[in-house]
Amino acid sequence: METRNELSLAAEHDSVKKPRVKRSLPTFFGPLVALVLLMVFLSFLSPNFLTISNIFNIGQQVAILGVLAIGGTAVIILGGIDLSVGSVLALSGAFVGVLHINMGISVWVAALSAIVVGLLCGVVNGGLIVWGKLPPFIATLAMMSVARGLALVVLEGRPLSGYPKGFRNLTTFYIGGWLPTSVIIAVVLMILGGLYFAFMPSGRSLFAVGAGYEVSRLSGVPVKRLTVAVYACAGVLAAIGGIMMTSRLGSAQPTAGTGIELDVIAAVVIGGASLTGGYGSIAGTAVGVLIIGVLRNGLNLLNVSSFWQQVVIGAVIALAVLVENARQSQEAKARTKS
Amino acid sequence: MKSLKHALVALAGVAALVLAGCGSGEPITGGSDSGSDGDHDSKEITIGFAISTLQNPFFVSMKEGVDEAAKKLGINLKFADASDDANTQSNDVLNFITEGVDVAVLNATDGEAIASSVEALNKAGIPVITVDRTSEGGEIVAHIGTDNVTAGEVTAKAFFEALGGKGKVAILEGVPGASSAIDRGTGFDNVLADFPDISIVAKQTANYQRSEGLTVAQNILQANPDLVGFLSMNDEMALGAVEAINAAGKAGKVKTIGIDGGADAVKAVCDGSLVATVAQQSKVMGSQSIEQAVKVAKGEKIEKLQPVDVVVIDSSNCKDYL
Repeated sequence: METRNELSLAAEHDSVKKPRVKRSLPTFFGPLVALVLLMVFLSFLSPNFLTISNIFNIGQQVAILGVLAIGGTAVIILGGIDLSVGSVLALSGAFVGVLHINMGISVWVAALSAIVVGLLCGVVNGGLIVWGKLPPFIATLAMMSVARGLALVVLEGRPLSGYPKGFRNLTTFYIGGWLPTSVIIAVVLMILGGLYFAFMPSGRSLFAVGAGYEVSRLSGVPVKRLTVAVYACAGVLAAIGGIMMTSRLGSAQPTAGTGIELDVIAAVVIGGASLTGGYGSIAGTAVGVLIIGVLRNGLNLLNVSSFWQQVVIGAVIALAVLVENARQSQEAKARTKS
Repeated sequence: MKSLKHALVALAGVAALVLAGCGSGEPITGGSDSGSDGDHDSKEITIGFAISTLQNPFFVSMKEGVDEAAKKLGINLKFADASDDANTQSNDVLNFITEGVDVAVLNATDGEAIASSVEALNKAGIPVITVDRTSEGGEIVAHIGTDNVTAGEVTAKAFFEALGGKGKVAILEGVPGASSAIDRGTGFDNVLADFPDISIVAKQTANYQRSEGLTVAQNILQANPDLVGFLSMNDEMALGAVEAINAAGKAGKVKTIGIDGGADAVKAVCDGSLVATVAQQSKVMGSQSIEQAVKVAKGEKIEKLQPVDVVVIDSSNCKDYL
């Protein structure tokens, strides 16, 4: 019950003060400082870290995570969670593989159908939550299992490879020899996402719904349609991630994207979003995605053992959120005083 | 509290659905009761085969071998996939006991965790054969499989020879702590002692996955511009490394080798992007285990240790495995 109270409180101050506009510093400022510090630290430790090629390397390595995290941000702003994106990614990738390799359908048509698959998964997620009244955690947990299972069924448990060069180039081509195409896809989608949140009325109302579902519903926001649409978008973005993964690896894999949903949640939360909903930004998420990517890359460059990598990454996630929380509560205090 | 209760109920529901899904898969893989090509005293034989996971091509082809042999011999097959969960597997084995299989063939998710299941089978008087991974406890009639240490040794030797015996090499490790990763690593180390001019400059895990292999190999290439090779603990990571090498424009300069002999890897060997892949013949393991299990069921004596050879698939013989 206490979450309900928190939510309505959050709704109140959100609607009264619009803190996002009034803030002296953007929400992603804390994580951004952390990212810069991390990069400075790593460039001292490894001479190979701060090179152009390595920076674009990192970009390419996190591009897919970045695409997925756009949907993740919307879902978390709404106060939901999507555990199924990794599996939906695999299922969509599997469709590309099976339709193109096994059935000889053009790879681009296959990619389009993969997006439809992602859309369907997202709509089912949203439908289960809105009309089935399942908690988002459970609905998407179920989808996580179903989609992973279907990916294994469709691919019969093994990877499928052999794609035309044009399709491989979708993510592996370097424009001018240094700018990876996958980074462009991710950046463009992120900018679109950011513009949507900032300027579209329905993008703005996402924050309101996340902060107070009942309040928004009573004030005429089409909460159900919005929820389904957000999960559908997350599904489509996961499918785009699946197409990118298939293109990048030259292989559709049933195990693709295992565990990436946790990276998505980590990136969004590091970026300053709150799991109770109502907060979050694409810029913050982009920083969160980069923190994860830089950290993995840096630890690899330094040849840190995989056991310690897990420890460090976990610690950084906790630390980033602790710092952001402290900052947010300080701001809240300052606000109540004024 | 109430919502937690709801969540638990829903979770139980999902679990039930998933289990039901697994159960319904059984008749499809189940042996042929109507098998006319088998001799008839084996028709009554029921063999339970518990596999560690089907989410990996290596075990998928093991299952192919199992299915072929089961069909050929016309036996009843109870097949169980544990999805790499030791707990699920111990439940699978308990089901075998309940169903009264004549012989249990186990491909353990974990050599330690399976021991109690083997003991339970022993108590029930059901003979046990292990495949690929053996059990750390209980009595087994036979073990069929390649030793991963040997596979590691053969791979490292083939690779270091291909590199001319010198240079900086990075190792792509499997899932940290998995017995296959530990054993293959031991095999690498054993051979490393014979090649003093090879230096290992990086050791990183890519969890046996292609996408992680790509990322990790990219990072290692950044840190070590003069690297000459990736010694990988499986094919998937090796194929990821190939992508990284191509992206870095170092095709031909940096070499890679894999283990497992998967279809993609064999193709890559033929087109020259992989030095070789060392195959543990999982399909042979699968079919051999069923043949041996039938012998045990008929009361014949069989060899306790049945090694299955590893095959080095390189440019000289890759066409035979395409």
